[in-house]
Amino acid sequence: MAEYVIETPKGKWEMVCGLEIHCQIISKSKIFSGASTEFGDDANVNVSFVDAGMPGMLPVLNKECVRQAVKTGMGLNAKINKYSVFSRKNYFYPDTPQNYQITQFEYPLVGEGEVFIDLKDGSTRRIGIERIHIEQDAAKSIHDLNPKKSYIDLNRAGVGLMEIVTKPDFRSPEEVGEFLKKLRSIVRYLGTCDGNMDEGSMRCDASVSVRPAGSSELRARAEVKNVNSVKFAMQAVEFEAKRQVELYEAGETMQQQTRHFDQTTGGTKFLRLKEFSDDYRYFPEPDLPPLVLDDEFIEQVRSEMVELPDAKKARFVKDMGLTAYDAAVLCENKETADFFEKAAKGRDAKKVANWIMGDFFAMLNAKRLPLEKSPVTPEMLGQLVDLITSNVINGKTAKDVFAIMAETGENPEKIVEEKGWKQVTDTGAIESLIDKILAANPDNVAAYKAGKVNLMGWFVGQVMKESKGTANPAMVNQILKQKLG
Amino acid sequence: MNELTDLTIAEALAGLKNKKFSATELTKAYLNKMEEGRRFNAYVLETPEIALKAAEKADKNYASGTARLLEGIPLGIKDLFCTKGIRTTACSHIIDNFIPPYESTVTQRLFDAGASCLGKLSMDEFAMGGSNENSCFGPVINPWSKDKNLVPGGSSGGSAAAVCAGMCAGATGTDTGGSIRQPAAFCGITGMKPTYGRCSRYGIMAFASSLDQAGPMGKDVRDCALLLNVMAGYDEKDSTSVRKEVPDFTKVLGQNVQGLKIGIPAEYRPDGLSKEISEAWDKAAAILKAHGAEIVNISLPHTKYALPVYYIIAPAEASSNLARYDGVRYGNRVEGASISDLYVNTRSAGFGKEVKRRIMVGTYVLSAGYYDAYYVKAQKVRRLIQNDFKEAFKLCDVILTPTSPVTAFQIGDKSMAENPINMYLNDIFTVSVNLAGLPAMSLPIGLSSDGLPLGMQLIGRAFDEETVFKAGYVLEQDAGFKRK
Repeated sequence: MAEYVIETPKGKWEMVCGLEIHCQIISKSKIFSGASTEFGDDANVNVSFVDAGMPGMLPVLNKECVRQAVKTGMGLNAKINKYSVFSRKNYFYPDTPQNYQITQFEYPLVGEGEVFIDLKDGSTRRIGIERIHIEQDAAKSIHDLNPKKSYIDLNRAGVGLMEIVTKPDFRSPEEVGEFLKKLRSIVRYLGTCDGNMDEGSMRCDASVSVRPAGSSELRARAEVKNVNSVKFAMQAVEFEAKRQVELYEAGETMQQQTRHFDQTTGGTKFLRLKEFSDDYRYFPEPDLPPLVLDDEFIEQVRSEMVELPDAKKARFVKDMGLTAYDAAVLCENKETADFFEKAAKGRDAKKVANWIMGDFFAMLNAKRLPLEKSPVTPEMLGQLVDLITSNVINGKTAKDVFAIMAETGENPEKIVEEKGWKQVTDTGAIESLIDKILAANPDNVAAYKAGKVNLMGWFVGQVMKESKGTANPAMVNQILKQKLG
Repeated sequence: MNELTDLTIAEALAGLKNKKFSATELTKAYLNKMEEGRRFNAYVLETPEIALKAAEKADKNYASGTARLLEGIPLGIKDLFCTKGIRTTACSHIIDNFIPPYESTVTQRLFDAGASCLGKLSMDEFAMGGSNENSCFGPVINPWSKDKNLVPGGSSGGSAAAVCAGMCAGATGTDTGGSIRQPAAFCGITGMKPTYGRCSRYGIMAFASSLDQAGPMGKDVRDCALLLNVMAGYDEKDSTSVRKEVPDFTKVLGQNVQGLKIGIPAEYRPDGLSKEISEAWDKAAAILKAHGAEIVNISLPHTKYALPVYYIIAPAEASSNLARYDGVRYGNRVEGASISDLYVNTRSAGFGKEVKRRIMVGTYVLSAGYYDAYYVKAQKVRRLIQNDFKEAFKLCDVILTPTSPVTAFQIGDKSMAENPINMYLNDIFTVSVNLAGLPAMSLPIGLSSDGLPLGMQLIGRAFDEETVFKAGYVLEQDAGFKRK
């Protein structure tokens, strides 16, 4: 495995990084109230009295959020804690109407787990999961509508979150990027979070420190907030690690602190020192009894687990003969993998994979279409491959047929029929075509016979042109060879 | 007893059923009484239109034979219960203009059973206090006062005074450390704090979530049973309410106590306990013994820690529960240059002295570096106190103690105003029950030499309100206490 080392004239350094990822749980209603979690509604529409922190209102745990978090825990190979406790995290800010957040502190719902990531150099790294706890999201503060006032949209207040905390196992920006992609892929497979970092449904904070390469010490870390894409996360940890190296090499010290990632500059800005941070006065939430899960519930969730990207990838390689690379590309999201499996059913999987990763992806890209809006269905793509395999059309014609399918959404068989593109495989018909070409070009025939064998390609081209592309190229080759001796 | 307002709920229900008087007449009688009794300052809001409208409906239901359990019974509601469309303030300036758009589960159940709302009753601000002097609407006067104005106790002081003075047929109270039982004792009425989880806390402004419990305050034991029958029950909106069948509490009234074991805890007779209270306690035990109950000496060894534990846990929870009163979404707001100024200005102006003191204590005991020494330690001791009761209930069926070490004291008492600890000491017999989550009743046993009511407390096993009611009823029959 290639080590990521920050090398300066003065020395070699390595980074130590851990992530905290907040994932919005997919559920119809909020974690402690019956209000809808719909994103994009008018401000302050999806708000219950509980969400608004009205006097006398009490939280009631939404079991669906528990189920989703347990499922996610299983997806990260993590320990599911049968006993967990909700706590209050106390702080005053208008985005949390009760002025405390209900979260889990000492006893989280999910314990240690692990995720494996594949790196460019072909190596695999294990990233440890520390815990997952569930909590309520804050409201959205809007500061730019009025120079003197701030506004609050409570629609997001109380939406369920899973906070996934990793071990400080990251040693390079690439690992951070690959982990986030892998995590996003897993939660999307499970349907527990939509993973849209740009919409804020998955948000990441990174804790970064550096140390001399090869050392095992842990130095003061900076927590970098607001890294809201995979690319930004990689940029942020890289920048922050280098910044700390410069600091140490200049003979300065680093204090534990919170920093803000600036998307426009790609740098991080100082926010506050950790020692001045709030004292959250955590204590067990007296409005909610401890959460106790029984075996039946856990087994039921386990029975709902879907095949995850790693398992699917392994199966595509082993059972369907794909290369590891192709399998990884197809498995990155579940929809693509499902599309592939449907199209490849009973066919040459490798051929189908090539079509999907080639013309099909190119078409979606060019049209800027998501997979589910594709005009070409998996069944249609499968039929197209069948037409090639059974010599009804050749590969070149197939590309033209696909282009029409992409425009019209028509069935490939129908297109071939209507266009008269069926490949000519009748020996007699091909022979007469060849005879016609040979008769019209006696000079070239003579030249070929005199030893200019590379004229074969020219002859094939002429015959194909004469057939308007429908002649079977293999047969043309074979008969030509016979005729020219 | 010739006034309608002298009737107990049980008697009034019988009268209404037999058409001796109408619900409207009964309601008007109470409204008159409320007018006469305004000097007690028990009500912070009177709602005569609502009560009369309900009475009209009650009369129709009696006429059509569709009367419900508490049809036509006019109640006073402690101002901690959110009542839909009716101003609810917790007697705090910070939300003295708040009109809830929702109804608390307990009041909803009462109104659904045909009871009506005469108005909202005074209390110590956010239920913090034992004298009702911490109400932003001014102190309530105990109807037993003679030459000097006495407190009704607290925090449910308005409820106790109103029941005592016949200004409602019964009232709701809440009890976090004695807030139903102590004012009931001071005003010579009966009050019942049910087992934690028996009544829903939904819609009751929270003081200390793990201790708060709603309960009835009535003219006698039977009225408390009738009210609790309706108030109690599982509520999916309160995750701490318990899914348990609610028995008909009136069924046990009049059953004999032959062989019932009555525990007398040694720790509840501290040095310096007044002779009068000690004698009243002996009298109560003698009554039960005369009915065939067995008196058992028990020990609750961690009693001396109950008060300090209570005054750590309750303020800790309160400091967090009251954080929502910040002037941002409802209640009063005092503007500031920044959001933190707005918070500071609003809360400084809105909260009273005792509430501020408890928020500060609570914030302190939860702070980093102190949490383990105070809050965690207090929770551990709380478990020991719970175990004390578990052990004791292996030896007895119900525990008998005085409700309060003192009788009603003067409004503005100097020693308590100067040192809040002196006020807190009044809770020594009541707070353990909340820490253990047990049901307990206070009922009057007699009068002191000053002519003031003395209250006795009966503590039961968790969810065994029935034994408490049964023993309480026997005590009440023989105590011969004359209601005001």
